[in-house]
Amino acid sequence: MGDLVREVDVVVVGGGPGGYSAAFRCAELGLETVVVDAGKRLGGACLFEGCIPSKALLHVAAVLGEAERAKEFGVDFGPARVSLDPLRKWKSERVIGKLARGLASVAKAKGVEVVGGRGVFEDARTVRVEGDEPQALKFRHAIVATGSVPARLRGIEASDRVMDSTAALEVPEIPERLLVVGGGYIGLELGQVYAALGSAVTLVEMTDGLLPGADRDLVQWVARRVEKQFAAVRLNARLETLRETSGGVEATIGGAAATFDRVLVAVGRRPLTEGIGLETTRVKADARGFVEIDARCATAEPRIFAVGDATGEPMLAHRAMRQGKVAAEAIAGRPAAFDNAVVPAVVFTDPEIAWCGLTETQTATEGRAVRVAKFQWAASGRAATLGRSDGVTKLIVDPESGRLLGAGIAGPGAGELIAEAALAVEAALLAEDLALTIHTHPTLSETLMEAAETLLRG
Amino acid sequence: MARDFRLPDLGEGLTEAEIVKVLVREGEVIAEDAPLLEVETDKATVEIPSPMSGRVEKIHVEPNQTVKVGQVLVTFADAGAQAGTGTPSGKQAADTLDPTRTLAPEPRTTVQDGRARQAAPAAPAPARPGPVPATPATRRLARELGVDLQAVRATGPGGRVTDDDVLAAAGRVVSAPTTAAPRAVRAEPAAPAAPGKPLATHVTEPPLPNFEQWGTIERQPLSHLRRTIAERMTLSATVIPHVTHFDRADITELDAIIQRNLETAKARGATLTLTAFLLKAAALALGEHPTFNASLDAAAGQLIVKRYVHLGVAVATERGLIVPVLRDVDEKPVLDVARELGALAQRVRDGKATLDDLRGGTFTITNIGALGGTGAVPIINYPEVAILGGTRGPDRAAPAPAAVADLRPPRGRRRRWRALRLRDRPPPRAPRAPAGRLVARW
Repeated sequence: MGDLVREVDVVVVGGGPGGYSAAFRCAELGLETVVVDAGKRLGGACLFEGCIPSKALLHVAAVLGEAERAKEFGVDFGPARVSLDPLRKWKSERVIGKLARGLASVAKAKGVEVVGGRGVFEDARTVRVEGDEPQALKFRHAIVATGSVPARLRGIEASDRVMDSTAALEVPEIPERLLVVGGGYIGLELGQVYAALGSAVTLVEMTDGLLPGADRDLVQWVARRVEKQFAAVRLNARLETLRETSGGVEATIGGAAATFDRVLVAVGRRPLTEGIGLETTRVKADARGFVEIDARCATAEPRIFAVGDATGEPMLAHRAMRQGKVAAEAIAGRPAAFDNAVVPAVVFTDPEIAWCGLTETQTATEGRAVRVAKFQWAASGRAATLGRSDGVTKLIVDPESGRLLGAGIAGPGAGELIAEAALAVEAALLAEDLALTIHTHPTLSETLMEAAETLLRG
Repeated sequence: MARDFRLPDLGEGLTEAEIVKVLVREGEVIAEDAPLLEVETDKATVEIPSPMSGRVEKIHVEPNQTVKVGQVLVTFADAGAQAGTGTPSGKQAADTLDPTRTLAPEPRTTVQDGRARQAAPAAPAPARPGPVPATPATRRLARELGVDLQAVRATGPGGRVTDDDVLAAAGRVVSAPTTAAPRAVRAEPAAPAAPGKPLATHVTEPPLPNFEQWGTIERQPLSHLRRTIAERMTLSATVIPHVTHFDRADITELDAIIQRNLETAKARGATLTLTAFLLKAAALALGEHPTFNASLDAAAGQLIVKRYVHLGVAVATERGLIVPVLRDVDEKPVLDVARELGALAQRVRDGKATLDDLRGGTFTITNIGALGGTGAVPIINYPEVAILGGTRGPDRAAPAPAAVADLRPPRGRRRRWRALRLRDRPPPRAPRAPAGRLVARW
């Protein structure tokens, strides 16, 4: 090949949250670390086409929503006018750009090198970099952090009008009529963004409910909201065909045809583990393409570790980040293990839905006896002052020990509130510990204390 | 379900090892972490503990066989009940079976001992699903101490395992008599060093205090080589009574000889060094005093005098100190000794030394002259009985002994200065075999 061959301690393939967390930790532990990233940048899907841009847009949606609600208490800003150019500029420069520059400077400070190109395993010792900076990297250890990409619907091609989440986050326009295919968190979040910006949103979900897998008593809060916000929410409905016409995209749903200006396909994500040469190693992947790892994030190939979306559900950045640190420490010879009891999940809809640990849905499936405590936000002082009583805080507790096994929260700010519950479950605290801890008044965090107290009465 | 145990990645770039002993028999039911095999790499001899509990179904290797990393060594029948440990939970099983960590797995046997001892009603109900309740910090502590949380008696509220519970489980380990081998524990009860089995040093050390109470600490794993060094040095320093004798040799002329012949020697493929001469001189002296070229057979009450002179030379590498052996130094001319020494040291530094390069020494020489310092007291390389250490000569501005004084070099010519320096010649340190008086004479 005539390629330059370099020897390094650790090659991280992929610069997303899992990859950069691993790389930073490796560098801290004294390992010479190179990240191979197609965009020659750190941040990955999370920063450039996922968590961060969607949250930026959801903030815009929230501001629009608040302005609308302000009419309730006599404040009228008049009709909102949205200019897309400044919106996109703010999102890409002030939000993404700023964070990307931050990551780049951290990498520099820690001595982590980022190489531009696609990393492909040549064997269990070598990653070949294809693209801008072609070279061969010989490694002592490698970390697969290739992440995931939006899943596609069979028979449906992406186009200008048929977008995946990455394209939708660019906000190419505010379509008059938007069809969202998929009632998971991506479809709901982006559907709400476009609805807030003024699109008439139709959502199609194959199953009988939104956010499959999440507890229904939490989902109902966002379900109620989108019922009002969206033009239509069609459950148990399947998208049959999509055809581009002169007037837009014609979709057949349950036998009936309707025309939309744009379509967002948000039917989940799939791991990006094919075409990266893993077949040249002993790394094993399951039927869905997820790389199999053990508690140390080691694959079946002793020199190769894997973290993040490439390794399975839940495909969440914070899971990847923790895994990255575990893999780095394991490589450095430390007794690290991904032994976390909870990976909290947040759906950043309005209202937000968040949960951690055991869910009621799970306990029902497993037939496990638990005690459940709920505190409705209608009784929360803080919720009333915010004009947002649309929420609930729920604790799931072991009936014998009183230990917290899980928590679920619906309501504005649930994504922040879940952190306390996650800590409590992770640390195996008792409901009593929550009840006896003074929570500031008046805040929404009191709802956790209140819910815990209901378990102690009597 | 049968499970194969393969030779794990040995680290240090090693790809193969030689089986020294098989410590189990087919059909035998063994506990996790019980000694399974003894293997020798070109760096060290290592005992491989069993990665799991269960019945040994088949042993695929035999002593003196060379095995490659990844080669199947032992097949286990289903782990579990027979050894009284229960099937490990998924997470742990994956953890335990991971090939890269089996060389130094956490000392779980010990915990099992602890559990056996604590078959108390307060033990956690194993049937309860999910992870063991403990804070993340406590779980990390358990991992660092090699304690299996599932086996720890929980005293915290709601069945939570506390730091104290983990420390107690770790501590119990040490006080419990080890079943498999009479391998005493180096690390203290509350916090054995790193993950991995305790050092086999044949001494029990008093507990360490909790250093974290005074500041942040970091626990670093020991490499296999470092372990071996620690174990052997501790063995030597505790088993062999050391006697030390210092002397000085005027090497002015020797150095002149070396300088004069450097080029000639180089032409013949050898780099003349003081160490080469030191080796030759020691070999000749050993011929006159063969009791230093010996090992003590304490069990038989005899001194084993060797009729060959194979000298070990301590070579510092980045990985640690390695002592390769030069054969029949007494019979070889200095030039050959110098040539062989250069090649041997290079192989060691490249990590390419063979097992034969490292075995069979009768006496060891360590020359730390280049490192500086005014003196050093080496430790005998067990089971040898003596060692010779060379250090740098006096480097002092103060008046030196008469014989030395006129040797002090002119200022500013560093190379010359070093070359002219006197060289202290400490030890032979002689222990159990020859008496101190003989040391001086040697």
